[in-house]
Amino acid sequence: MSLNIAAKEVKPLRTNFGYTARRVGENKPASRYQEAVYDIQPTCNFHYPPSWEPDKMLFDASRTAIVMQDWYSFTDPRQYYYTTYVAARAKQQEVMDSNFELIEKRNLLQGVPAAVLQQIREVLIPLRHLEYGANMNNQDICDRGYGTTITSLASFNGFDRIGMAQYLSRIALLLDENEETTLLAAKTAWLDAPVWQPLRHAMEDTFVLDDWFEIMVAQNIVLDGLIYPLVYERFIPALTAQGGGTFLMLTQFMNEWYGETVRWTNQLMKVTAAESPANAELLSAWTSQWVARLEQAVLPLAQLAFGENAAAQQVAEVKQELLARLAKQGIKV
Amino acid sequence: MAKKLNMRKRYELLTRGLGWEPTYQSKEKVFSNESYEGIKITDWSKWEDPFRLTIDAYWKYQAEKDKKLYAVMDSFAQNNAHLNLADATYVNALKLFIQGVTPLEYQAHRGFARLARQFSGEGAQIACQMQSLDELRHTQTQIHTISHYNKHFNGMHDPFHMHDRVWYLSVPKSYFDDAKSAGPFEFITSVSFAFEYLLTNLLFVPFMSGAAFNGDMATVTFGFSAQSDESRHMTLGLELIKFLLEQHEDNIPIVQGWIDKHFWRAYRVLALVSAMQDYMLPESPMSWKEAWEIYFVENAGALFNDLARYGLRMPKYHEQATAEAEHLSHQVWGTLYNYAHAASMHFWLPDEKKMDWLSEKYPNTFDKYYRPRYEMWAQMAKEGKRFQNGGLPQLCQVCQVPMLFTEVSKDDPMQISYRSSEFNGEKFHTCSDGCKDIFDHEPEKYVHAWLPVHQIFQGNCGGAAIPDILNWYHFKPEDGGDYAGSADETRWKAMHGETTGAASSDTESAEEKAAA
Ligand SMILES: [Fe+2]
Ligand SMILES: [Fe+2]
Ligand SMILES: [Zn+2]
Repeated sequence: MSLNIAAKEVKPLRTNFGYTARRVGENKPASRYQEAVYDIQPTCNFHYPPSWEPDKMLFDASRTAIVMQDWYSFTDPRQYYYTTYVAARAKQQEVMDSNFELIEKRNLLQGVPAAVLQQIREVLIPLRHLEYGANMNNQDICDRGYGTTITSLASFNGFDRIGMAQYLSRIALLLDENEETTLLAAKTAWLDAPVWQPLRHAMEDTFVLDDWFEIMVAQNIVLDGLIYPLVYERFIPALTAQGGGTFLMLTQFMNEWYGETVRWTNQLMKVTAAESPANAELLSAWTSQWVARLEQAVLPLAQLAFGENAAAQQVAEVKQELLARLAKQGIKV
Repeated sequence: MAKKLNMRKRYELLTRGLGWEPTYQSKEKVFSNESYEGIKITDWSKWEDPFRLTIDAYWKYQAEKDKKLYAVMDSFAQNNAHLNLADATYVNALKLFIQGVTPLEYQAHRGFARLARQFSGEGAQIACQMQSLDELRHTQTQIHTISHYNKHFNGMHDPFHMHDRVWYLSVPKSYFDDAKSAGPFEFITSVSFAFEYLLTNLLFVPFMSGAAFNGDMATVTFGFSAQSDESRHMTLGLELIKFLLEQHEDNIPIVQGWIDKHFWRAYRVLALVSAMQDYMLPESPMSWKEAWEIYFVENAGALFNDLARYGLRMPKYHEQATAEAEHLSHQVWGTLYNYAHAASMHFWLPDEKKMDWLSEKYPNTFDKYYRPRYEMWAQMAKEGKRFQNGGLPQLCQVCQVPMLFTEVSKDDPMQISYRSSEFNGEKFHTCSDGCKDIFDHEPEKYVHAWLPVHQIFQGNCGGAAIPDILNWYHFKPEDGGDYAGSADETRWKAMHGETTGAASSDTESAEEKAAA
């Protein structure tokens, strides 16, 4: 039969790019994730010193005190590259869109007690500024960090923060029937109200850290590790009993996002700590330093969310959860 | 009833007041890169976001686009659609692309992350962060598209390793390193305005229309899919320039200087593209000169007419670039042919049909200067004395192209153009007035250039002998040299059921086996 077709050379010459073959083996196919991230960052022979940091190279592993033999030891358990990342988020945003739509159409906010709405205005909405700051920190990691498996996740993470800041803005607009009263009040509170100042201060201190890996720990491990469980796992669900169940739907994204994020931050901490005792020590020093600072900084927020009496207990519990989680990754505090 | 919001207002409210106003740390420390270039921003809130694309809409649109793109990619691979190319010589354009362009997409990704951290105004901040993510998309979709080609053709197997080392790739790499080592405003002027706004079609047409003309539907698909992102990037480039010029009159001379510099830098990178466009494409959508006339002379002319009211003029030496359009691709291709043994792609002499096309497209220059040269080299090859340059070329200290450009605008097109400058008692060579000006403006920057030829002489490139250097580049013997007789050519014939003496036994046709 079709002899001509059999005659044609269609057998591949090779399975892989060289840069993936060196990691997965010559004859094993690389996944799209591996092709998209492994070793694609420039590493040497840079032409000019950066005008913004003349004593370093354009890409330079020495911008952190963490030392890795191989900066690609860490890979993302979710295997996100651009396409898988946007595909995952596109699905989540669809759910969020229908949540918002349902709540708007059925006027579901109408039955919510005024006290609950007030709580949302005061506790939840100002967090859009915190998300913006978290974005700045993650863009910084993407800029100054080393190794695409890490820096690309910082890029996605930062993008998610702006997305969440916009969701929080939408909630504010929903509360105010598209007036900007709450948005403006939240900004004023963020800038001036005593409850937010320790957090805002701590955040600005993270902006000026030299070591990008310390920013990673302070922002994505410790601060998120306190804020997300407090707000989205405790505060919002607690509102349900008071008639605020709709806010579970309106913050569904944030809740799921955190559960997903922990998967890669855990892996990153584990791989980095396992590399050397020096790394493990550094990670635990940064952790304890930032936990000490930030548990204080989130306390006023916890008081606002849970009341004077329950606040300390809530913070102590999420702190314990965080430390237990980190202990499993080899970081003892 | 809630009041209705139009798109613009709604977008404004969603990002309202997000820009960070530091009070615990100084603004100079938090946004440490924003002022050292001398650019004066008096009011970031005057920045009007031109796209008004919310993050959730971005996720949605981009996911839809990628779904289509990857469907095309998958079916291309499943159907071995590379068999439908016009000719395997076309694949050399993809080799240049994955080695020379894709790594720049990556650099742009990281560079825009820097701007997304360093710009204090939230409008520009978010636009830069979107672009950073887009550029990662371009890097990764290009890798995935070309992944299939890499399985069937040579020369594409280690693009990122090559980009950091190979002599001709230092041309694009140094251009991007130049922008990336500069401050954030110069970076964005270079990448978004000079490159993506001013010169983008001169990259897009050769590669993407080139792909369309030669049966490469996978590349066409990623090209057009990326183009919808590019239109956002172009808008960002133009809006940013206008914004800077409106913010303060002191910004005008600074921005003009950057436009002059990065126009010339980017134009010199495109010299490689001009050669690819005129010589590598079996079917060519248009010549370099035609593209230059439409996309630069006409379009950029109109653009700068518009920008005149902001105090901007055309980039310096644009007339020279226009004069060079008659010569550029021929001079570059000739040089590449001389160094084909040290490349990870093939070069060849144009055949009769191609030369006739070139005569038609370049009536003033091709028959007079370049056809005789090719005919002579063809004769030499026929006599077994294939012309090649065994030495190493002298490179321009700025653009890093070998000294091959000539005194076209001095009406002496056969005279190689040399310029030089002294700095700290040392002499530095440049290829043109454009490159010399750039050097003289920042000599302390350009003395640092990682010039591949100097590095080879200093023993930093794997050894002194050519094979050692090629090995250090990760070039394999089958990656370079002439196309005729190459492994790619042999395979291409085998793919179409033609066997040659050099074909491996498993490609012998069943008929032949049966006959034997
Ligand atoms: Fe791009
Ligand atoms: Fe772009
Ligand atoms: Zn030059």
